[in-house]
Parts: sequence; structure tokens; C-alpha cells
Amino acid sequence: MTKWYGYRRPDGSVGSRNLVAIIPAVTCANDVANAICREVQGTCTYMHHQGCCQLPPDLERVTETLISLGKSPNVGAILIVSLGCEGTDHERMYKELKATGKPTEIIHIQALGGVSKAIRIGTDIARDLVRQISGIQRTEADVSEIIMAIKCGASDTTSGMASNCVIGYIADKLVDAGGTVVFGETTEFIGGEHLLAKRAVNEEVGNKIYQIVDEMEARAKSIGCDMRRGQPTPGNIEGGLSSIEEKSLGAIVKSGTKPIQGVLDYTEHITDQKGLWIKDSPGREPEILTGMAATGAQFMCFSTGRGAPQGFPSMPVIKICGNPNTFENMKDDMDLNAGLIITGEKTIEEVGEEAFEMLLNVLNGEMTKNEAIQYFSAIDIHCLGPVI
Amino acid sequence: MEELKIALKVNDLDNVATIFANGIQDGMDVEVRDKKGNKETLTVIGNVPYGHKVAVKEIHIGEQITKYGEEIGVATKEIKKGEYVHVHNLDSIRGRGDWEKEGAE
Repeated sequence: MTKWYGYRRPDGSVGSRNLVAIIPAVTCANDVANAICREVQGTCTYMHHQGCCQLPPDLERVTETLISLGKSPNVGAILIVSLGCEGTDHERMYKELKATGKPTEIIHIQALGGVSKAIRIGTDIARDLVRQISGIQRTEADVSEIIMAIKCGASDTTSGMASNCVIGYIADKLVDAGGTVVFGETTEFIGGEHLLAKRAVNEEVGNKIYQIVDEMEARAKSIGCDMRRGQPTPGNIEGGLSSIEEKSLGAIVKSGTKPIQGVLDYTEHITDQKGLWIKDSPGREPEILTGMAATGAQFMCFSTGRGAPQGFPSMPVIKICGNPNTFENMKDDMDLNAGLIITGEKTIEEVGEEAFEMLLNVLNGEMTKNEAIQYFSAIDIHCLGPVI
Repeated sequence: MEELKIALKVNDLDNVATIFANGIQDGMDVEVRDKKGNKETLTVIGNVPYGHKVAVKEIHIGEQITKYGEEIGVATKEIKKGEYVHVHNLDSIRGRGDWEKEGAE
């Protein structure tokens, strides 16, 4: 079986990147974290907008998401940047991340005497963390150790007929090889949930799929309007998608044909769950990319028709474009042309094999287009309650 | 040689097909293909952008519109064979908070 080479972490997981994560414990710490990140090569940071003046379940959700981001196999060491008075549990973040065996540090802006001092001290700490993990070598890993996140965005009608078919092909191939595939976008199950529930490994998982779709649809309906233009988006509609049902039926094609093992919470980090899983998440890029990186995915395969350019700080994103016109127009952002399926020049299987080879290359360290362009900012945390 | 204008029908149950060609105008012919390789010539009613849909049979008001063999909405107008199908004559039946709002029908 094919091998790949990655960074093995103390918990046994294998990363495709070797980064020091600078994690703001609250949005108020973003500027310090960002300044440190700009200063120190080999770091990444997460410019989210949560962590204070939220209801307790959401504060717990933010705390757990940030912990899961630090647990990502692509992260080798962690610096938590706390303001000092935030609603998230920064002490819990520190304890749980330290327990992973990765070098972990924390600074508190208020205790250090302000932003400038925190940037200076944090920069020194980050430099030392980068140095500490800089000697880690890539070692052999098995295909069964791959955790692939999949998503579609800025979709049009080519997505469900070309690029999502390619992702479905590699999802099946990876599951057959013993690996893990995670898909989400619960909003984009609406109208296709019965097809997913049929593929659940048992009745409990099937019921859970119906439940998360009902909850997502109820949240949308609670505003008292037609969800059209929110989902599908004006861009989707311009691309020919007429309803959420049509968008969903095309979106779920990317999950392939294998049985669905279970539903993961938004914050949940996985280590040894194999096969195909659902992550309960919305469709919007910053929130779902964060949820997928928190899962522990080493990379994401992202299908698009109209041309989504997004990337994430600690998870490379491979763009598979279903629309041949968009691929030509946005070549610098798109990694693979699945539009050749629409034009009849290639089959799903042919492009699928190219995609599989590409994902192994990316796992081995080859940069995706989003990494080369340095589009890393599709990051935010999906919360359920109001900001208060 | 003139480029062949193709519309793809995904499932036998579908009453719409998706056109993957640029510049489709009212009165032009497209070739509707299904996965089995069946072909049918259809005259398009309306100007249809790339990736948008046309009816492959007559669809009556209130009738289900089907793609991938599944419901993607209902017809809000009488739709002729060959006619452009999109948000102007197709209504989603999901996520309709407007239908559940107090006082709404």
C-alpha cells in the first residue's frame, strides 16, 4: 500500500505540516497573537471573534474548539495568548494542551503589562518553540492514518456533477484503504438527509442525522423568512442552483457511497475513528474549516464551481474546480480541473486518480495554491447562542 | 464546426436537464443526454445561462421538480417542455420560515 511521510506527534497522530500555533484565547488577544505570528517564521495564528460575553455553553464550545485546534497533528507546539479576563477557560486550554506532550506555553496580556510587552515576550517564547520543533523529521506513515476533511463552497451546478463526484471517488478510495473521511455542512443536507440516513451504520446514527438537520433548519426558520439567498447564496443561484434541496443533493455527492459511522460534535477531535464521519457544522467557510481542522484533519479537499479561494492557518486546502470556465479564469487559486469531466475530456475516475496522487503530495509537504498565495484567514468558531 | 450544445439529465426520473454551454438563447436546440447515452433534441424556451436548467417535459403548477431523481422544489407556474427552470418558476419547500410565520398561510 502507498505510504506517505509526516510529522509524528506524541499521541501517535501524524501531521502534514510542522507549525507552532499561536492561539488567542479570546478575540481581544488577536492583535498580540497576529503580531507574534508576523514576527516569527514557522508559526500560524487563528483570528477568531469569540471567547467573551457569550452564554456558558458557547464559551465551553470556544474553549474546546481552541483546544482541538492545538491538538491538530499539523501543530507541533502551542503558545496560548490570553488577555486575562476572558470568558473562555484559558487554564483548561493550557492544561489539556500541555498534556498532549507538545511544548505548550501561555502568556497573559494584562499580567505582562499590556500589548507591547506581551508581543515582545510572546515573540521570544514563539521563537524558542519554533526552534524546539524544528528538528522533527518526516517519517513513514500509512494511508490508514490519513484524516481527510471534505467540503464544497461557492458551488454551482457543475459541483454536483463533476468536482463533488471526484471527491466522492477519493473518499471511497480512502475509506477502503482504512483511512478517515469527515464531511459536514449540515445545512446542505436539507432535502438529501433521507439518502444519508439510509447509509448510517445503525438506526441511532440515522436518527442523529435527521436530528441535526432538523435543528439546523429550525434555526434558519426561526427568523421567519425564506432561507433562499442565505442558502443557496446569491452566487449559487447565479450559478444555476435553484433551491437548497438542489444544492444539498449535489453537495452530498462528495461523501461518496460508504457507510456513515457517526456524527461528530463541532468541537470534537478524533484520533482513531476510521471510515466516513459527519461533522455537525454550517456551510460557511470560516466556521466549517475551523471545525474540520479541530477534528484533526491533516488537509482538506474543497470542491468549487464559482471559485472559492479560502485557506486555513494550519490545514492545507486543495481546490478541485468543477467548472471549466472558472478553472481557466482562476488558475492561480484552483489546484485541479474537474471541469474536464463536464467537457467530456476526462472521466470521474481519471480526475479522481489525479486528486488522490495530489493529496499524497500535499501530505508529503507540497504546497497547495492557497498556501502559496498565503490565503489563511478562513477561520472562525461556530457558536449557537447570541453575543450578549 | 458549430459546437454541440449539451444538456445533461442525471436520473431517469428527472423532469429537468442542466445545460453546460455558453450563450443559449430562446429557440436554440440543445442535445439532452442521459447516463445511458440516450439523446434527444430539445428546443429551448428562454435565454439560459451556463449551468442552468430546462424542463425536459411539461410541468404543471404545484408539481414536483425532480433532479438526481429527488425533489428540488415545486413549480410555481405552468412550465412548457424546453422552458428555462429556475427561481422564477421553482419554489423550494424547505427552510421556509416565511410559511411558518404567524399569520402566514
